[in-house]
Amino acid sequence: MTHKSFFWFVLPSSLAMLLFIFFPIVSVIVQSLHVDHEQVIVSVENCDLFGCTESTKIDQEATEALRAEQPLGRFAGLTTYFDRNHLATAELKESWETADNWRDFGSQLLNLPFYKAIGFTLAFTFVVTPLVIMLGFAIAVAVNSAAKVLRGPLIFFSLLPMMVTPLIGSLILFWMIDARGVIGTLLQYLAGDPELSIKASTPLMWIMLMVYGVWHAAPFAFIVYYAGLQTVNSETLEAAQIDGASRWEQIRYVVIPHLLPLTTFIALMQLMDNFRVFEPIVSFAASAHATSLSWAIYNDLGGETRQLSSAAATSVLTILGVAILLFPVLVRTWRDFNKK
Amino acid sequence: MNTQPTKKPFLIQTLVFSVLVIWMVLAAFPFLWTLWGSFKVEGDFFSKADWLNVISGKLTEVETGGKFTGAGYEGAWIQEEFWRAALKSAIVCVFVVTISLTFGTLGGYALARSGYRYAFWFLIIALIFRAMPPITLVSGYLPVFFTWNLWGHLTTAIIVLVAINQPFTLWMLHSFFKNIPQDLDESAMVDGCTRFQAFRHVIIPVMWPGVVTTGLFSFLLAYNDFAVTAVILSKENQTMIPKIASFLGTTQTKGNVMFAVSAVVSATAPLFVMVMVFQRQIVSGLTAGAVKG
Repeated sequence: MTHKSFFWFVLPSSLAMLLFIFFPIVSVIVQSLHVDHEQVIVSVENCDLFGCTESTKIDQEATEALRAEQPLGRFAGLTTYFDRNHLATAELKESWETADNWRDFGSQLLNLPFYKAIGFTLAFTFVVTPLVIMLGFAIAVAVNSAAKVLRGPLIFFSLLPMMVTPLIGSLILFWMIDARGVIGTLLQYLAGDPELSIKASTPLMWIMLMVYGVWHAAPFAFIVYYAGLQTVNSETLEAAQIDGASRWEQIRYVVIPHLLPLTTFIALMQLMDNFRVFEPIVSFAASAHATSLSWAIYNDLGGETRQLSSAAATSVLTILGVAILLFPVLVRTWRDFNKK
Repeated sequence: MNTQPTKKPFLIQTLVFSVLVIWMVLAAFPFLWTLWGSFKVEGDFFSKADWLNVISGKLTEVETGGKFTGAGYEGAWIQEEFWRAALKSAIVCVFVVTISLTFGTLGGYALARSGYRYAFWFLIIALIFRAMPPITLVSGYLPVFFTWNLWGHLTTAIIVLVAINQPFTLWMLHSFFKNIPQDLDESAMVDGCTRFQAFRHVIIPVMWPGVVTTGLFSFLLAYNDFAVTAVILSKENQTMIPKIASFLGTTQTKGNVMFAVSAVVSATAPLFVMVMVFQRQIVSGLTAGAVKG
């Protein structure tokens, strides 16, 4: 394909991505280096019979004018990044010096909003991803050995948790684990504690969010593995059988190596998707116990006061996190491409 | 795997059977439970006294006189005007899918047919964009949208969703076009067609299976989105998902959580139908990227 026709063919989608993905990233970086203008304060002298007093008031007009002139705010450099709501360097240094032990330091760390968010995001990403892969594999093997007529309906129901809107799926689960809901009641019965409430406990909330994450994403791993199982080379498998490989050995030495590239693919997609965990925290109203980076940005953007600079700084830090996660994959792709 | 299904030992059969049964319960039960419960009153759906009430509908009978009640649906659709949100969702989905596919087929075709190095880098950049959490981009839009008065409109949300959709659409259609033999359009060009005429007359007639599959995923992205629509749309323009989220803020305190339950069931129904009709395409779409590499 000539350079010219390539250019015209990709023009619409490049423009869309340039305007609404690339520029926003630039805009986020610029915004994160600025903060809101301070209000313009003027001092006024009030004189009456008893003498003169000086008082200060906000000059609304001047403030408005300043905001209109420089809508970005005033340049603040990296201060937003280091404030209490983000990297909190000052607080970090203080608790490092005062904390008695690691445990104490850790709990102080998790009280800072940014570290609380990144702590849960990372825990969620690295707990849910391997569980999704394992559960998906188990379901794929099980469905693959079921009778052919059953497979259609089995796949249909398996797809549902993934296809349903994340906000809705997590709401459905949340209503069931409510202390008055069916799973909540069951848990109370099993634990022998009629007061047990998931909403009130941080560890239980973390576990439920991760359970939701696995429930939502396992079908994806299942479908990919299931398709992979259809293409396992049956000759190799028969040869292994003839050579006396046990059932487990057949899986271990024929099936699993065949599925390995698929595992890389699932892991990559899952790392990207789990790192942006957001909707379940809204649905579960879990923000007191667990927040994520995406939730922190959403929280800054919504509400009465839109804290654009704070949201922008968290966004830049999130993008850096994504970059670190993707870096090994990109390096590998680049090497593969150069080998060709 | 299933060369000799009859010879499976009992232990393995039991294991397979139990994995299937447990997974089916996990996957299907929450939906059936919520569908059933949405026709009850709140006192039954969240029962303090006895969880069996939601099955028998004890309080529903006391409060409404029947075993089932449509009060939740009436409240959500009529009183809270959920139909407006449903309409807005439909508009957003139709436009997002059409525009994404138009842009995506052109771009995906070019990427599949160009052997140059920049096509590879184009795809890698698209992959990096795909990894960006949408909400980080939203915080980049807001200052600009406020200054230019673009905030709150459906059109804005549609354009933004199309753009966020592009990386994924390009990847998927690129892999579909790779499977269409290159000889097809090249022989048309030998016969004197331009590149675009070859695309128009030779490729478009055979590309529909791939386009339908990609369209399904574009639809899902637009339909399921919460992060973008919740922040970018004004209250009057809310689509279904942010509307349900706002039900939770306002109506839960009024004891009308059943509105949210019925709205959730209503919003899940189209997805159910979609999975039922397009199951084969969804499965092939999910695996297209993985199996063909």
